Amino acid sequence: MITIYVNVQPKANILDPQGKTIHHALQNLGFQSIQEIRIGKRIKIIMEAASVKEATAKVQEMCEKLLINPLIEEYTLEVVS
Amino acid sequence: MIKFGVVIFPGSNCDLDALYAIGKVAKQAVIPIWHKETQIPDVDCIVLPGGFSYGDYLRPGAVASRSPVIQSIKRYAVNGGKVIGICNGFQVLVEANLLPGVLLTNQSTRFISKIVPLEVVNNQTPFTNLFQKNQLIRLPIAHKDGNYFTDPASLRMIQQNNQVVFTYQDNPNGSIENIAGLCNREKNVLGLMPHPERACESITGTSDGLLVFQSIVAACKEAK
Repeated sequence: MITIYVNVQPKANILDPQGKTIHHALQNLGFQSIQEIRIGKRIKIIMEAASVKEATAKVQEMCEKLLINPLIEEYTLEVVS
Repeated sequence: MIKFGVVIFPGSNCDLDALYAIGKVAKQAVIPIWHKETQIPDVDCIVLPGGFSYGDYLRPGAVASRSPVIQSIKRYAVNGGKVIGICNGFQVLVEANLLPGVLLTNQSTRFISKIVPLEVVNNQTPFTNLFQKNQLIRLPIAHKDGNYFTDPASLRMIQQNNQVVFTYQDNPNGSIENIAGLCNREKNVLGLMPHPERACESITGTSDGLLVFQSIVAACKEAK
C-alpha cells in the first residue's frame, strides 16, 4: 500500500476570503506577526500500486481529472510509504 | 409545445421550482432527467438546476460535472443543443468546461439571499431574445459561491465575443466585471447565478425570470 497526500493551495493571484477572515481572527487574539494566511486542503489517498512512480502517475491523473481546478488551485504530492 | 428536460443530481434543490416554472407557468412540456442517465431524451433545452449537488464536496459543481449525464450533455451542447445552468447549474457548467472561468466563494464569505437588480447586456441569445438590450430586471440570488472569476486572456475572449449576458447593477459577491451570467461562444449554453425559475410569478416579488423561459421557447420555435 502506498499513501499519497495531495496538498492543495489556492493560487497566489486568487483571493482567499476564508484565509483573510482567519487572519483577522488571529490578529484579534494577539498574533500580530502574521503576514498572510492561505487556506488549502489536504487529500489523503491510500492505494495499491507496484511502485511509487506508478502511484504518483495515477494520483497526478486524478488531480487533472477531478481533484484540482488548475484555474484557481495548485498542488504538490507527498508520498508516505 | 417546446420540451425541456431538468437534470436532477443528488443535492439539487431547485429542480421542482424549474419543473413548476416551465410546466405550470410557462406552460411547456418538461421532464426530469436523472443524473445517471447516459442517453438524453429528445428535448429542446436542458436545465441544470440550482442546489448543492453532491453537497458541494471538493468544489461546487465538481463532482456533478463528472457524472454520466454530463458526458451526454457535452455532446448535446457541441451539437448545438440549448443548455441553461442556474446557480449550482452554472457551477457545474464551468467545472465541465462548457463555460470558461470558475465561481469562487463570495468576497464577504457569506451566503447571500436577496432580489438584486441586473442588466441584460446581451439580448442576442436564445435565452434573452425577448428582453430589450440593456433592460434592467430584478431576479433573486441565493448563493455562497457566486464570485465569478477567470484569467485575463479568457476574460478578453469573453468580452470580444459578447458572451456576457447579465451583469449585476450592485455587485453583491465580487464577480469580475460584475458578471452575473454568461454564455459560450456559440451562444447555446448559458450559465447564471440569479434564479429566473424562482421569479416567474408576481407573488414571488418579481416575474422577470419568466421572460428567460419564454425567450428559450421563442428561439426553439424559430429553429423548428
